[in-house]
Amino acid sequence: MSEKHHIIQVWFFVGVLLLVYGFLILASGLAEWSHPPDIVLAELHAPVWWGALMLVLGLIYCIKFLPDRKA
Amino acid sequence: MTAMMAWTVPTTLVHLSAVDLGIIAFYFALVLGIGFYLKRFANTGEDFFLAGREMTAWVAGLAFVSANLGSLELLGWAGSAYQYGILAAHWYWIGAIPAMVFLGIVMMPFYYISKTHSVPGYLQLRYGSATSALSAVTFAIMTILMSGVNMYAMAVVMKVVLGWNINFSIWVSSLTVGIYVASGGLFSAIFNEVLQFFLIWFGALLIPILGLIETGGWKGMVARIQQNFPGQDYTHAWSTLGRFQDNPMGMHWTGIVFGLGAVQAMGYWTTDFLVVQRVLSAKDIRSAKMAPIIGSFFKMAVPLIVILPGLLGLAVLPMHLVPASSLQPGQYSYNEVLPLMLARYCGPGLLGLGITALVAGFMAGMAGNVSAFATVWTYDIYRPFLRKTAPDQHYVSMGRWCTLIGLIVSIGTAYLAMGFASIMDYVQALFGFFIAPLFGTVLLGMLWKRVSRAAGFCGLLAGTLSSVTMFTLMKLDHRWVAIFALSPKAQGLAQDMYQALWACVTCVVVTVLVTLVTKPRPDEELKGLVYALTEVAQEGHTSFLHRPLFWGITALVILAVLQIIFW
Repeated sequence: MSEKHHIIQVWFFVGVLLLVYGFLILASGLAEWSHPPDIVLAELHAPVWWGALMLVLGLIYCIKFLPDRKA
Repeated sequence: MTAMMAWTVPTTLVHLSAVDLGIIAFYFALVLGIGFYLKRFANTGEDFFLAGREMTAWVAGLAFVSANLGSLELLGWAGSAYQYGILAAHWYWIGAIPAMVFLGIVMMPFYYISKTHSVPGYLQLRYGSATSALSAVTFAIMTILMSGVNMYAMAVVMKVVLGWNINFSIWVSSLTVGIYVASGGLFSAIFNEVLQFFLIWFGALLIPILGLIETGGWKGMVARIQQNFPGQDYTHAWSTLGRFQDNPMGMHWTGIVFGLGAVQAMGYWTTDFLVVQRVLSAKDIRSAKMAPIIGSFFKMAVPLIVILPGLLGLAVLPMHLVPASSLQPGQYSYNEVLPLMLARYCGPGLLGLGITALVAGFMAGMAGNVSAFATVWTYDIYRPFLRKTAPDQHYVSMGRWCTLIGLIVSIGTAYLAMGFASIMDYVQALFGFFIAPLFGTVLLGMLWKRVSRAAGFCGLLAGTLSSVTMFTLMKLDHRWVAIFALSPKAQGLAQDMYQALWACVTCVVVTVLVTLVTKPRPDEELKGLVYALTEVAQEGHTSFLHRPLFWGITALVILAVLQIIFW
């Protein structure tokens, strides 16, 4: 993104955000698996598959846009 | 922090768990960290106010659409969808896509080639300082008021969902925004907007997915709405617009096509500096043309996470929401439909994500407004009228300070927004005041070289004054609604559309009349500013897949298909 300034690309920060949130949400979903919260459609365990999706995407972004240390 | 949060109202929708608080805290830490990291790169005026003009088309495009996708959008339009049905989607489709494509294909070359730093900056070059000053001052007022709306939206979420102290929510978030925008300028604002874009999609997309599972799909949702609200049509976008009384908005198709599509949307997306500033940060003219077109594809999809939750609220919520103005204890207002849906489907973790998405949207909305305010104040008011010659560093310093001052002033305006039935009525009224006439002035200036300086100023002033007058008259005496909005049944948004239409028409008529009796500027002074005297680089050598025009047409075709599907 930045030719003049060599700024870390925003996509890397997006990856970090998704990675951390994906991990937290997935872990939370697994922890409550046997006693889901009192919400509609709790039996679908949305935090598990949604958290996993975010985790995978975050990992991909982090690896693909990892800052170049030589820059 | 925990002690301050503990001030709660007796009944709240949800209580946050430790993981939710961790998600929210991480977001604040991340944006502050990015702000401090970017401070070292925002040294010159071009860096601070225009992000160094080095953003790619994708970053500029996402920031462009994200600057408009704050909490205000999420809460306001979800509330409007509950109130008016799928008609609210017009603000994302005909009320956005043609204007975004028009900006990319037709108008962006003028902004970019003239190397202006802002829309008032273009008016300075085209019409002179009087028109520029009028536009800059009205824009500054509008951004401050809009910042207040964002704060109000934030306070609503925190109050309804968590029972947090309103002052706590406003001050902590404002302080965070102030620190990171004052540090990194437009760099910070754009980075945060891209982050927020992802957050909003991941935080809000589960609501329509789970909502449609609960209702058994679109048909099941429609059946439930008809059962809950018999006699009202909430799910057809065009077929009920033949008569004012046939739809919940009290709208006629002429208001949507001409008021919204041709004036309000064109005005907002092509002349509101808040969004145009993001495109001006693009690294070259092709990126600048592509950015709004890339944004248009995402904009078309936003009803999925904004309008659909509002419709699902009509189908599944056990209570009927009411206008904020007639709220009784134990009731919820239209603007609270999204938090209610969030609480319905999201438990620990996902709830924190949804709340963070709303907080991020709020903060991005604030950041967008204050960064645009800082630019217009510094470059279009302070520099030309208060201190013409100063080192570049002085203006950067002024930009940092007025970022903080703008935030403080806008806190006071948050309470203005509370008197409106729907947040979006308030916002559209503001756009009608300032943006609709500005569109007439900018467009005529770009396309007709004969328009004189005096004509530009008189047209803009007449359009703005006529808009404020119409708004005041309609609020004071309902009989004026039948005159300006063509029907006494026209509701708030419908009134706004016709107000914008007539304001733009007034601007254009006055501009044309004054032009005919005043002396035009010499051609030499207008090179790079008007269509007839500007050389725009041709793209004959590039493949059609790299041409903005191809993608612009593709966006319009998809838009047409959507209209047919939801007719």
